[in-house]
Amino acid sequence: MSYYDPKDLRKFKDITQWSEALGHKFFDYYNAVFQEGALTPREKSLIALAVAHTEMCPYCIDAYTEDGLKRGITKDEMMEAVHVGAAIKSGASLVHSVMMMNKVNKLDA
Amino acid sequence: MTKVKGQSLHKQSNPLADATHQLKILAEGPFKNGDLPLFKERIHQSLGQPLVAKKLEILQINVGYMCNQVCDHCHVDAGPDRKEIMTRATMEQCLEVIKTTKAQTLDLTGGAPEMNPNFRWFVVAARKAGIQEIIVRSNLTIIRAHKKYHDLPDFFKQHNIHVVSSMPHWTKDKTDKQRGSGVFEASIEALKQLNAVGYGQPNSGLQLDLVYNPSGAFLPADQNDLEADFKQRLRSDFGIEFGQLFAITNLPISRFLDFLIASDNYQDYMYRLVDAYNPAAAQSVMCTNTLSVSWDGALYDCDFNQMLQLPVAGSVRHIAHYQESLMEGRKIKVSQHCYGCTAGAGSSCQGSVA
Ligand code: SF4
Ligand code: SF4
Repeated sequence: MSYYDPKDLRKFKDITQWSEALGHKFFDYYNAVFQEGALTPREKSLIALAVAHTEMCPYCIDAYTEDGLKRGITKDEMMEAVHVGAAIKSGASLVHSVMMMNKVNKLDA
Repeated sequence: MTKVKGQSLHKQSNPLADATHQLKILAEGPFKNGDLPLFKERIHQSLGQPLVAKKLEILQINVGYMCNQVCDHCHVDAGPDRKEIMTRATMEQCLEVIKTTKAQTLDLTGGAPEMNPNFRWFVVAARKAGIQEIIVRSNLTIIRAHKKYHDLPDFFKQHNIHVVSSMPHWTKDKTDKQRGSGVFEASIEALKQLNAVGYGQPNSGLQLDLVYNPSGAFLPADQNDLEADFKQRLRSDFGIEFGQLFAITNLPISRFLDFLIASDNYQDYMYRLVDAYNPAAAQSVMCTNTLSVSWDGALYDCDFNQMLQLPVAGSVRHIAHYQESLMEGRKIKVSQHCYGCTAGAGSSCQGSVA
């Protein structure tokens, strides 16, 4: 048995059972976020897909890959979005190397 | 069973060509072990009674299963190898009904309805019979398939036909994968031809709508969102205009059922459909205002039930014996494929219903 079970995604809504008010607040907020606003639902779906990958959340990857397919988002678009996430993630690692360089420069005369 | 591209399930003698086999699959698995409710129970719960037909508004006639395409997910299992075709005699029986029906719309489908040798004769006669609206479900590529079909846009225009055409995506890759190589380009050409005679143009009065159905084991997104994307892309990439986009859910029958089983998606898809059950959509499923006539004149609640060989309930089962008053109030024959009509915003030949 693995820690993640794809079937558990269907049970996500059940988190309200153990904390109804907070659960509903979360889902209301979640649903409001994905409504059409300054960004289209399609753009939001691609952002969600990129973040799903940087968070490495299998449930979110499952959900937002399917959401993208439903919206007619193409494979190229999905992969480009994932690269945006990956670039920011690797950039976030690499930019910290400035700290390393600062430290080396300070300590090692 | 290995799949032969370009042939119907019937031609391949695939067990899924048999309606009884399909109905057996739809009754088993999660529906047998009680994990998921049967459609008839679920609908009873929402409506407080079984599903029954209301006033007839649309008479949908399937003039034959022959088609120039063999799309992956066709619920008709249509193709060039299907020989079932409506005869002129059966068309004449249909005309008798068209003359007297209170329905406003005649909806011609197939296969590729234009391939029936009596198609044009029938359209002209149906117009004379005086029905308000005639829809032709044209797959677009037929217009480009042979020179004898090149003038179809003019013919449609002349008889003020409402053209409804499938277009699964605004890119070539996705379209050709689902509907066959070369389909995208031919469809774009056909749409340009339809636009050129006035179809889809504002104020022309010539209606051209597109049908979108998903390319795999997932439901369509919101119809309005999809329509906005289709409009923007078809306009900017090809200068094409159309009216509405109808988003249609794939029902788990025939070639789509074959795909679901072969790709190990069947069970998950049924869960998806049942999870997305929408009581509001259940109020307006298309069988409540539509009647389907098959190539041989037999009557069904919808084109899907026709393919599953589930005849209408009651004593009148053929167009030759048709009596409108007997059709209203009849109990609709349902099975688990019906969950495709009630998922999300609902699905019908006219797109979302809720
Ligand atoms: S064009 Fe329509 S009828 Fe023909 S194979 Fe494709 S889905 Fe079926
Ligand atoms: S599949 Fe046919 S009978 Fe079933 S709900 Fe849909 S339209 Fe009605």
